[in-house]
Amino acid sequence: MAAPLTLLLIVAVTIRAVLFRSNLAELISERVEVVSPLNAWKRVVEGLALLDLGVSPYSGDVFHETPFMIYLFHFLVDYAELVFMIADGITAVALYQSIQTYNKNVFRKQKYALESDRYPADCLELLRSPKEMFYIPLKVAMFYLLNPFTILSCVAKSTCGLNNAIIALFILCTLKGSALLSGILLALATYQSIYPLTLFAPALLFFLQRLYIPVNLRRSSFWFFTLQYAFIYVGSLVVITGLSFFLLGSWDFIPSVYGFILSVPDLTPNIGLFWYFFAEMFEHFRLFFICVFQINVFFYTIPLSIKLKEHPVFLIFMQIAIISIFKSYPTVGDVALYMAFLPAWSHLYRFLRNIFLVSCVLLACAALFPVLWHLWIYAGSANSNFYYAITLLFNFGQILLVSDYFYAYLRREHHLTHGLYLKKKDGTEATLVLK
Amino acid sequence: SHYRLFPKSLGQVLSKFSVRELHISFTQGFWRTMQWGQPFIPSPPGAELWVWFHDTVSDVDGNWKELTNVLSGIFCASLNFIDLTNTVQPSASFKPLGLGNATDHRFLRYATLPREIVCTENLTPWKKLLPCGSKAGLAVLLKSEKLFHSSFHSQAVHIRPVCQDERCTSKAWELRQTLNVVFDLYTSGQGKKEWSLFKMFSRTLTEACPLASSSKVYVDITDNPEGELFELSPATPLLSQAVVLGDRRTYSVFDLSRAETFGQLRSLNLLLRWKGDSGDMLRPLLHAERYVAGFGLQTGEIHTVIYNNHPYRAFPVLLMDSVPWYLQLYIHTLTVTSKSRDNKPSYIQYQPAKDRHRPHLLEMLIQLPPHSMTEVTVQFERALLKWTEYTPDPNHGFYVGSSVVSALVPSMVAMSTNFTQDQPLFSSFVPVKEESSYFVRVYTEPLLVNLPTPDFSMPYNVICLTCTVVAVGYGSFYNLLTRTFQVDEPSPPLSKRLANLIRRMRGVPLLA
Repeated sequence: MAAPLTLLLIVAVTIRAVLFRSNLAELISERVEVVSPLNAWKRVVEGLALLDLGVSPYSGDVFHETPFMIYLFHFLVDYAELVFMIADGITAVALYQSIQTYNKNVFRKQKYALESDRYPADCLELLRSPKEMFYIPLKVAMFYLLNPFTILSCVAKSTCGLNNAIIALFILCTLKGSALLSGILLALATYQSIYPLTLFAPALLFFLQRLYIPVNLRRSSFWFFTLQYAFIYVGSLVVITGLSFFLLGSWDFIPSVYGFILSVPDLTPNIGLFWYFFAEMFEHFRLFFICVFQINVFFYTIPLSIKLKEHPVFLIFMQIAIISIFKSYPTVGDVALYMAFLPAWSHLYRFLRNIFLVSCVLLACAALFPVLWHLWIYAGSANSNFYYAITLLFNFGQILLVSDYFYAYLRREHHLTHGLYLKKKDGTEATLVLK
Repeated sequence: SHYRLFPKSLGQVLSKFSVRELHISFTQGFWRTMQWGQPFIPSPPGAELWVWFHDTVSDVDGNWKELTNVLSGIFCASLNFIDLTNTVQPSASFKPLGLGNATDHRFLRYATLPREIVCTENLTPWKKLLPCGSKAGLAVLLKSEKLFHSSFHSQAVHIRPVCQDERCTSKAWELRQTLNVVFDLYTSGQGKKEWSLFKMFSRTLTEACPLASSSKVYVDITDNPEGELFELSPATPLLSQAVVLGDRRTYSVFDLSRAETFGQLRSLNLLLRWKGDSGDMLRPLLHAERYVAGFGLQTGEIHTVIYNNHPYRAFPVLLMDSVPWYLQLYIHTLTVTSKSRDNKPSYIQYQPAKDRHRPHLLEMLIQLPPHSMTEVTVQFERALLKWTEYTPDPNHGFYVGSSVVSALVPSMVAMSTNFTQDQPLFSSFVPVKEESSYFVRVYTEPLLVNLPTPDFSMPYNVICLTCTVVAVGYGSFYNLLTRTFQVDEPSPPLSKRLANLIRRMRGVPLLA
């Protein structure tokens, strides 16, 4: 499989290189759907220019990247295009490897379950065969590299690409079973933007499953491993934050980066739900709703972990999707990361209920974003409500997509335990509902 | 302290807030340097206030805030809009004009309100600060209906510490009140090429203020040595020569403290009748313009153009820009070009803005080549503000205060560094530190920038709609997390249930 992957990488690099050299690159790096105040390349250059002028980049409100980015780009600013293309390549290869490992795990578990006769007789068609699973890792890499969202994000040199690479490497290390590397990479991802904190739970569940430690709050083995993993994670986080302090000699970066992410002072329009909500918020309730919206991102972790404790990889997908939808400054690069996972669940296609509607909504919104932005900002014939409406619709489509895949996954699991063709008491064909 | 001549209201304010120097100006209109020459006392459109506090002040920001509010009451102006979001501390552009060598710019505060409108309510308290008010002396001419019927109107109050005598044994506060007005008699329908005090002010001068030690009217007659350009009446034997703005000018002086100035009619009505076409104005050596380039409501570019009209001398200028926080400047896009070549500033001091706390402050020292145009460009992005932060007329736009260009322009004429009593007051405002150059401050136009606006009628709608989308997410996840799949056993229809109920009561076997 190395040859098709290499071919894919070459095609992806070619597309990106062509776009970098064209004059679309300038246009794309200004688009608010692709860059946000958190990860715009213009702001990274501005931060480095401020550092050259002798002013701390965090003294103003223009630069919201972590000191790690300052350190990285201090040396690599001339090779920025190469850095972002390599980051995309790393993400694709990491996702490829992780889905390959995951597929092997899935197939192995399925084999053992078949041998111990745990599946009802009629659901054999739900089982996955190596033939269908063979091309899935390549499809995942393709979905990531050739996704227009990813290409736009790379050409705009949005640091979202680097964050995605770190998360993809974290997923790879988790699936390969290395708790130390996984903890360090998760700490790095959390240090970059706070939200990957929620990925601690699925990673922990995966390791517990892999080491055959039952998830029982009364067992000491559970607590022992959890504390180990938490220690690695929190320890690396503290070390990375301490190193950042020594880079510029002050703690200014904490309010500038984390305070900014959490308190949302900048209301630049983006594809998320926060900006217009807080532009029209009554001052009295601002703090309350900020807390509500931020808790909303972290809130689904515990319930989802309880429901999906046997399926940590699907939980990772769900968490990444929830972060991308509900974070304070989302961009299309975040959307591209969870969309890359969709081929891994292609066997759920028969249970998806709204996929046509969702894809139409997402395509239409992706097409309408630039149109309505132009009408509002440049032509002056629309106003902010138009862009806001498309934001609402886009997020609604994403929520529908994620919940549809969740429904399909749960339904397949139900069929695998209870049989595919269910019958009512009187023998006629039954319908399944959620009750 | 003696409040015989100095207004007590200002004196008390100065001592309460430990103010060392105070400069406040209210201007309506923009000074057209290329048409009217260099102004004697430059001022930006709107209100401008800059204050040096004493070193003993511990909380400069608190004093500043209270001072602006008190001045707002004294001058009937809305100076209370000056707060930390439009106050800056320039490090090099506004050195003190009085005694003392203060260099710690932590005690300096500068703010402008470009949107401030000047009207009669501001002129009246300004006139009240004068010892004679508007009852005697030159101030009787200052009638607001004529003063505001002009192309440019600027009134200013400058307070600074000066030496009381030659040997500087004691210090005193000097209060200087200036009024710059440009009358355009052609457009005001006067037609004939003449002006007089009566035509401009509908009053004539009758007496000097009894409290004044000197009361004089100066008319610039440098371009008219033989009387061929214009004719000035009544004739006066007094002449005065002074070096003003780097040029030696001759003035006819009308001394109001001498009785013969008023003639037989006991009133002085200066009349100037033009004979020939007006001569060439002396081209100002330093001139600056500013404009916003770009289209759309997302980004833009500020261009500041500085002209050096000196034929062979290059000199450095200090450009100070204070941009509000909602226009995010990108300093890495700063370019300075002179004669289409890059001209790197030798000193850049930049303090980036903090959202909702302080504005951007950019100060640069640029060397202007002789006879050239220098263009400074910087890109910015426009922010979307919270709906309560917009003014009631948001589509009017937001003002960006004028840039300040300060320079020591090489002078054609040697200037004397000693101040002598018989020099006209308008030539001695800025202390002359060296003989070969004079200090010039040029203000550019203020900018009017449009910001994208949210829809102000929508707060409830937006909250409801966004919360609906979040609730859809919450609801779907809640359903999938708390419910399980079950086979749907349909409940029997209502008619059957009712029939079963009746059968049960009758004791008859039930339906299926």
